[in-house]
Amino acid sequence: MNPTREPNWSAIAAMPEFQDLLRAKRRFVVPCCVFFSLYYLAFLILVGWYSPMLSKPVLGKVNGAYLFALSQFFMTWIMAYIYMYKANQFDKAAADLLKKAGL
Amino acid sequence: MFLLFVVATLAITFISARKNTGSSAYFAAGRSITAWQNGLAVAGDYMSAASFLGIAGMIACFGFDGFMYSVGFLVAYLTVLYVVAEPLRNSGKYTMADVLAYRLKPRPVRAMASLNTLSVSLFYMIAQMVGAGVLIQKLMHDIPFMQETAGYNLSVCGVGVMMIIYVVFGGMLATTWVQIIKAILLISGSLFLSVLVLRKFDYSFVNFFDAVTQIKMTAADGKQVVKNFLDPGMKFKNPWESVSLGAALLFGTAGLPHILIRFYTVPDAKTARSSVVWAMWIIGGFYIMTTFFGFGAAALIGPDVTNPNPNMSAPMLAQLLGGEFFFAFICAVAFATILAVVAGLTISASTSFAHDFYTNVIHHGKETKAGSEVKVARITAFSIGALSIVLAILLGPKVNVAFLVGLAFAVAASANLPAIIFSVFWKRFNTTGALFGLGGGLVASLGLILVSPVGIFGKEGALFPLENPGIVSIPLGFLFAIIGTLLGGNEPNAEAKFDELAVRSHTGLGAEKASSH
Repeated sequence: MNPTREPNWSAIAAMPEFQDLLRAKRRFVVPCCVFFSLYYLAFLILVGWYSPMLSKPVLGKVNGAYLFALSQFFMTWIMAYIYMYKANQFDKAAADLLKKAGL
Repeated sequence: MFLLFVVATLAITFISARKNTGSSAYFAAGRSITAWQNGLAVAGDYMSAASFLGIAGMIACFGFDGFMYSVGFLVAYLTVLYVVAEPLRNSGKYTMADVLAYRLKPRPVRAMASLNTLSVSLFYMIAQMVGAGVLIQKLMHDIPFMQETAGYNLSVCGVGVMMIIYVVFGGMLATTWVQIIKAILLISGSLFLSVLVLRKFDYSFVNFFDAVTQIKMTAADGKQVVKNFLDPGMKFKNPWESVSLGAALLFGTAGLPHILIRFYTVPDAKTARSSVVWAMWIIGGFYIMTTFFGFGAAALIGPDVTNPNPNMSAPMLAQLLGGEFFFAFICAVAFATILAVVAGLTISASTSFAHDFYTNVIHHGKETKAGSEVKVARITAFSIGALSIVLAILLGPKVNVAFLVGLAFAVAASANLPAIIFSVFWKRFNTTGALFGLGGGLVASLGLILVSPVGIFGKEGALFPLENPGIVSIPLGFLFAIIGTLLGGNEPNAEAKFDELAVRSHTGLGAEKASSH
């Protein structure tokens, strides 16, 4: 980047492609955050207030509590993968719009 | 065993000291660390003594409730990934305060952010030092002068001195490589330990879980009972406790300065993102393994033996399953873990002071003499090291290590995260809001902890019922930030710069790239 020439930030921000990118990101990130927070919160709530229900053995002697806890791990990994995938798409969109802006 | 590792890491320190030129190198390892390397380093930073010794001990004593820490520590990374990782990398220079200072009035914001960073780091650090002190003292308790408190004090000094050497001479690059090595050792040690545990059960998960559900222990009233360690509720009797702790964990990681600072060591946001994902695989795998060596310790050693010394349950398990050699190895791993985390914390705290406070607040952003920022950082590292040694000794070996780490998370979540989020995503956010959020969150979390059952009034006089203030202080932090913003009136400068910050965060334009060597 040429250090003596500041990009016109407001102009870029005003570009419809940029606004689209922001909107797309928001539509992805916000629901995902809500989802994983709720999934984790559900775990905390069930373990806290409904522990007798979770203490019942489900898989052999392993109880629901442990399985629910384990599922949190897989949920996390899956969400991480989804993010990577989506983020690569957003990268492309960002690169395209920068090219359009002449940078 | 011990000495080998110490020598190796000192060697790395000296090698990287010679490569050190300029602030970018000292503070951000030249921004040349690759994704998997940084992933390992981030994972290493994160898996501290609290994780390895602490969680193992907690599961060994309290069963399932201890495992909840494992879950929380991992899920927290989603907050990091989805919300803060990339915006921070794209917009910052070295520290979290850089992002905040982008749009807002730099001097007050940097000063406050610096204070928060120092507070969080200090709590985290003292916890590690106490852990190290106890570990080494117990290891060497046969040596005459290593008895009890004197031994503890000596080991705290020893660890502190070693850490100071790493950071003062090596900077970020050396500490990064220490983290990587330590992460590899920790994973292999845990893996080996888990395998040995399963071997005891003939590699059958069925047998393993069977045993875990029937653990003999002595209850509080002295009776011999058989407990199912997979059942929740042994530690968190009040469900609000686990919710509060869970909230602190979920939101705290995204506000921990020493984790955030690792994003600046990679060339770009894409690498920052992949390093977080790498870290999550590693951390997740590690925490799943805590099932085996945590519950395994409960089953094979038994909570009665573990209870007086919960932090030592992992090494004790190693001793049981692999003899003296494995015991020494696991202790070395634990020690390396503590050392590496302490180094990472010192680096982020001293960076914060040198970069945020010294250069920007006192000297208005101009580096007075080339290299002075680095020099100040080195001096700060030394002072912080000295301070934490003193505090760890003052607090003594009996202070609850988990309490200190939980504190750090709660403060990070309440004080730092609201400011970061609003700064990046809310146009109207202004300097007053940041100050209210940073300061208010800090005061709220610290205040609630002081009057909690683990605070100064003890269990009986506690004004606030929960050990972890998260569920109250985190919303308060956000609230303070909002109130401050509304009270502060419009800040045209901040709003004008919002576009720039938005474009930078979302497209990566203008972010500092890797320096060429």
